[in-house]
Parts: sequence; C-alpha cells; structure tokens
Amino acid sequence: MFSLPALLYLSALLFSVGTYGVLARRNILVVLMSLELMLNAVNIALVSFGRVHALTAFAGEHGGQIFTLMVLAVAAAEAAIGLSLLLVIWRRWNTIDLRQLCRLNG
Amino acid sequence: MDINLLWIPLLPFLGFLINGMLGNRFGNKFVNAIACGLPILSFAISYAAWSRLISEGTELHWNGFPWIWIEGLVEIPFALHLDGIAAVMCMVITGVGSLIHLYSIGYMKGDPGYHRYFAYLNLFTTFMLILVLGDNLLLMFIGWEGVGLCSYLLIGFWYEEDANCAAGKKAFIMNRVGDFAFLLGIFLCLAHFGSLDMSTLTDATAISALSAETLSVPLLGSVSVISMIVLLLFIGATGKSAQIPLYVWLPDAMAGPTPVSALIHAATMVTSGVYLCCRLMPLFEAAPAILAIIAGIGACTALLAALIAFGQNDIKKVLAYSTVSQLGYMFFAIGVGAFSAAFFHVVTHAFFKALLFLGSGSVIHAMHHEQDMRKMGGLRKQLPFTHLTFLIGTLAIAGVPPLAGFFSKDEILFAGYQQGFLMGVDSAALFWGISFLTAGMTAFYMIRCVALTFWGESRVDSSLEGKVHEPGGWIGFALFMLAVASIVGGFLNVPEFLGGHATLGHFTGLHGSAASHGAAASFSPEDLHAAEWKSMFLSLAVAGSGLLLAYYCYGKGHALRTRFTGSGVGRWLGRLSHRKFYVDEFYATVFVRPFETISHLLFILIDRILIDGILVSGSALLTRGLGNWFRKMQTGFIPGYLLTFGCGVLLLIYMMLSLIQQGGAQ
Repeated sequence: MFSLPALLYLSALLFSVGTYGVLARRNILVVLMSLELMLNAVNIALVSFGRVHALTAFAGEHGGQIFTLMVLAVAAAEAAIGLSLLLVIWRRWNTIDLRQLCRLNG
Repeated sequence: MDINLLWIPLLPFLGFLINGMLGNRFGNKFVNAIACGLPILSFAISYAAWSRLISEGTELHWNGFPWIWIEGLVEIPFALHLDGIAAVMCMVITGVGSLIHLYSIGYMKGDPGYHRYFAYLNLFTTFMLILVLGDNLLLMFIGWEGVGLCSYLLIGFWYEEDANCAAGKKAFIMNRVGDFAFLLGIFLCLAHFGSLDMSTLTDATAISALSAETLSVPLLGSVSVISMIVLLLFIGATGKSAQIPLYVWLPDAMAGPTPVSALIHAATMVTSGVYLCCRLMPLFEAAPAILAIIAGIGACTALLAALIAFGQNDIKKVLAYSTVSQLGYMFFAIGVGAFSAAFFHVVTHAFFKALLFLGSGSVIHAMHHEQDMRKMGGLRKQLPFTHLTFLIGTLAIAGVPPLAGFFSKDEILFAGYQQGFLMGVDSAALFWGISFLTAGMTAFYMIRCVALTFWGESRVDSSLEGKVHEPGGWIGFALFMLAVASIVGGFLNVPEFLGGHATLGHFTGLHGSAASHGAAASFSPEDLHAAEWKSMFLSLAVAGSGLLLAYYCYGKGHALRTRFTGSGVGRWLGRLSHRKFYVDEFYATVFVRPFETISHLLFILIDRILIDGILVSGSALLTRGLGNWFRKMQTGFIPGYLLTFGCGVLLLIYMMLSLIQQGGAQ
C-alpha cells in the first residue's frame, strides 16, 4: 500500500499539471483535457482520504469513494457538454484557439 | 357720502389690470378710455377728499387690514391716510398724471406697445398714490419700490434698443443703492420707535424721548439715533430724487418716451424724496446737523446740474439736468428748514416741468424723434402754440413774476437768506450763495434751450421740410392746461408780505422756515418783511440778468457766445460741461469697472474653473479615467479570468488557514 502523503503528492502534482494546462494552453480541447486531469487529481485525493478514514476512525464509511463516483458522472456529463460546445464553436468561428475567441474584450 | 381712500390708488390699478391683460384684444379706443378714465376718476375722488379736508378739516383715514402683525412686537397695518400734504400730492399726481395720460394718446399713437405703455403708466400712478397715502413707512416703501419698478419698465419701454435697456438698468441699480439706505432707516425706526406709523414717527414726545439715545456706527463713531435715521432716509431720498451722489441715472432716464419723462422723471416720482422729508418733518427737524448736510447737498446738486445743463445739446437732457437742479433747490429748502417752500416748489415744479417736457415732446413728435437742438432752430413759425407754452414754462422755471416758479423759488431763496444772514448760520449763507447763483444759471440755460429750439434761423434737416407741424388734439389740450397751471400755480402760496396768506403752507401745516418756529421771536415782522423784499429783489435781479445774458448770447446775435467759446478757457469749460464733468466716467472707473473686473475674475475662478472645470468636467473625467483603467481587466481571455479566479481562491484559502491558525493559537 502507498502511504497517504504519497497519494496526496500525486494528487497535487496532477492538479498542478491540470491547472497549468487550463491556464497556459490555447486549444480548448487541451484545456478540457486538463480540466479532466484536475478532476481526476481531486478524485485520487478523495479515494485516498476515503480509504484511510475507512481503515482507521470511521469504519464502514465510504463517503470518499461514493463522492468519486459522483464526480466521475458529473465529469462525463461535463465532458459531453464541453465537447459539444466545442463543436459548435468550431462550426461558428472555425477556430478553437482561446486567444481568438476573446470577444468580450472591453 | 363716505370717501374710501382705497379707491384712489385702486382705480388706476384696475386700469393696469384691464389694460395689461386685455388691452391687446380691444382697440386703442378701449385702452384710452380705461387708461385715462380711471385716473381722472381717481382725480375726482382726490378732489372730493381735498375739499372735504378744507371744509371740515377732517383728515381721512382708511384702516385697511393688519398686514405684518406679530402681536406686541411688530404691528404694521395696511392703512392709508390723507392729510394736507398727501391731499395736495394726490391732486398733483392724479391731475398732472391724467393730463399726461391724455397727452400720451396723441404722442404714442401707432406704437406697437400701446396698451403695454398705458398699463405701465397706470401701474405707476397706483404705486405713486400708495407712496403718498401710505400711513406707515413700510407701505410708503412699497410705493417707493413700485414707482422704481415702473420707472425701469418705462425707461426701457423701447427695449429693442440696447441703450434704453442700459438706461433702465442704470436707474434701477442707482435707486437700489438709495433704497438700501432707506430700508436700513426703516429698520432703525422699527427698532427704536417700535412702530412705523407716520403718527408715531412725527410725534414730538416720541422723538424727544429718543433724542438722547445714541448708536455707535463704524467710521462715524457715536451718532444719535435720530440723526442716523434721518441720514439714512435722506440717502434713500438722494437715490429717488436724483441728488449728489446718486443723480446720474436721471438724465439717462430720458431714454423713455417723453410723456414718461414728464410724469415720472420730472413731476412726480423724483419728488417723492422731498415728499418723504416733508411727511417726516418733525423727525428731520430734530436732526439739525443732518439738515445742514441736506442743504449743502441740495445746493451743490443744483449748481452742478445747472453747470452741466449749459453744455447739453439734447433738448431732453437740458430739461433733465434742470430737473436735477430744481430738486436740489427743494432739498436746499428742506435743509434750511423751509419745508413748506420745498413742498410748494414740488407742486409748482410739477406744473412747469411737466409743461416743459410735454412741450419738448411736442417738438420731438413734430420733428420725427429728433432731439438734438443743433438740428432745430426757428421752430417758432411751425410750432407757434408749442413755442408759447414752452416759453411760459421757461419763464416760470426762471422765476419771472407772477408765474409759478417765481413764488416758490423766491420762498426757498428767502429761507436760505434768512437762515444765512438773519440767523447768522455761515454754512447756510454759503449754500444760499450757491443757490442764488444757480437761479441766474437756470434762467440762462433755459433761454438757451428755447433760443436753440425755437428762435433764430432754421437748422432743420431738409428731409423734414414742410413736415413739421403742430400736433393738435390731446397734446395741445395737455399743454394748454399745464400752461395755465404754470401761470396761476404760484398763487397757491403767495407770501404774506406780498399780500397773500401762504395758503398752501397753512393747509399742509409745514414749517415755512427754521426761524418760523423757535428763533422767530427775535425778529420783528418789519425786519422780516424788509429782508423778504430784499431777497426778492436780489433773486429777481439774478434771474433777470441770466435771462438777458442768455438772450444776448443765443437770441440776439452770437458775438458774446463766439467770443466766449473762442477763448481757451471757454472751450475747456464748454467741453467740461458737455461731458458732464466726467462724473459718469468717474463712476465707471471707481465703481463699475472694478465690480466688472471682480465679477469676471469670479466668473473665471468659480464658475469656469471650479464648477465647470473641477466639479463637472472633473467628475466626468474621473469616472471615464477609472473606467478606462478598469476596462483593461476585461480581456475576454478566459484563462486570464481563471488565473485571477485562482489567485483569489488561493488568497481566500490563505486567509482561512491563517484564521484557523490564529483560532488554534488562542
């Protein structure tokens, strides 16, 4: 078994990578992928905490695991919506570059 | 039958309302009937009241209603009172006023503002009657302000021309200066007498009770209350009655229609200052020091205005300065204690000066609004009737017996003579000398005016050839009536040494001279009469020499005149007189221009820079600048927003953590 801190480090690393991707990449597809990465980083943290708690203080509690399933479902829905929006944006403006989509520039 | 005093001012007011609101819907006939009929009716009531006063000796009173009423503190009723002075003034105002209304029918024919003109004229009559009849100072002040307003409206009656409006404004503003002092005087009266009723202000016991009280005034030190009140009221009077230093508005007021000049700026309104002094005679007599000042101001005004009248070429300007000069005489009379003489001169002056102005109006009308005497001359042939009446007015003002001006002016000069020489008051003697000189000058400049206008060869513009003709109708009627009044007006108050009874003086109850109450006992009647004869011959001599000199300068040959104007001093004096001693320029430099400069400076500083620049544009600029600055945050670049959002979240987390840590530490 891995220890809890190692799992959390992994989660933080993945989250940072995802954040970097969201902030720094210009392609919406990559941004969406990075977003998925962030969600999954959170999932790792949740299942890790869930496992540790179930083993120690709160035996029989599986809140972390259950919540991860929720996140997966929501992430799937979000990915579907996001990808379909992406398609619409492509059709409408023929680009998925975020730099060219800043139409709200004041 | 009961006479309700309210009707006297109310009738012209109705005329004002009707003509002002409906005049333009009806024809001129209707306007005429209303505008002239109601003042004539008012004259009839005044006459009835006057004859009642003579026959029964009862002074009429209209109780009116409580006006400004704070129980036990300020109680000022809206009440009218008619005593001898007021009765005579009412007769003059409505009588001369009605004649001038009638005259205006002819003079203003075809003017686009016909009904407006008559509405103003009626309103003026109303306010003048309120001024005269008001039973307290405040009500008098209402009339005082009202006539000022009407004067302003009528001076600027032909408002299309800028100069007329400027003259109106000048009159109004000059009067405000005086009115301010008048108002202060009213406040002082209210503070110390506790009432503004004429009966209280003229009450001997009330005045003597106040005689010891003093006020400390900046610059003047400790001044007795009575003197201060009298001084302030007199300053008010200098504004309305065109005395030094506030006289400069009156000559400019000639910009109005000529009948207006006759009614307002010669016969009635400008005499209201004198009326004020007469009405409050006991109060004025209680301040002998101020009376001396009044005498000095009056005499100097008379002299200065006469000197300026020499050099004027506009026929109305000559008459205007002669009005200022005659008003100076009235104040001189008041200053030497001859209230009755001053009031008498008010009445006779109303006759002959209205006559002169209406005569000049007749000339101006005939000449198609030409007022420059250099372009007249020889009008005697075309305007024989106007010439005759104008000459009567001239002789009356010059003091030729037995015309009206002779008696009144003689009385004034005698009062000065009496105080100056019989009672040995040096200042009065000096001022008498000035007035005495002025009497000769009056004769001179009036004959000059007649000669330039009516005598000699014609200098009339050739385009007017054959068009100059006598304006008949109402104009002639008014001239005739006033000429008669100017001839017989003097017999109202023939002095006792000429076999009269000083009727007007007794009727009004005004004192004839400072000597007639108090020091009179020290003179025997024989001495007085001898002095009166002497004074009369002196004034006749000076008037006669003025007349003769003018005749030889302007009427018959020009040798004397050319020799005078040919010399350097003569030219210099001529220019000085023509430019009115540069008083207007002096006022412009000392008062008007600094005021304008300060106004302009404040306009730039406060209005342009502070309000427009900093407050209005500044706030707009600030908003726009901030907006521009914050706008840049709105990039539309989503990762940018996210970064900001992320930073915010991190900050929040940091804050929460540090809070938790603090909580843990406690």
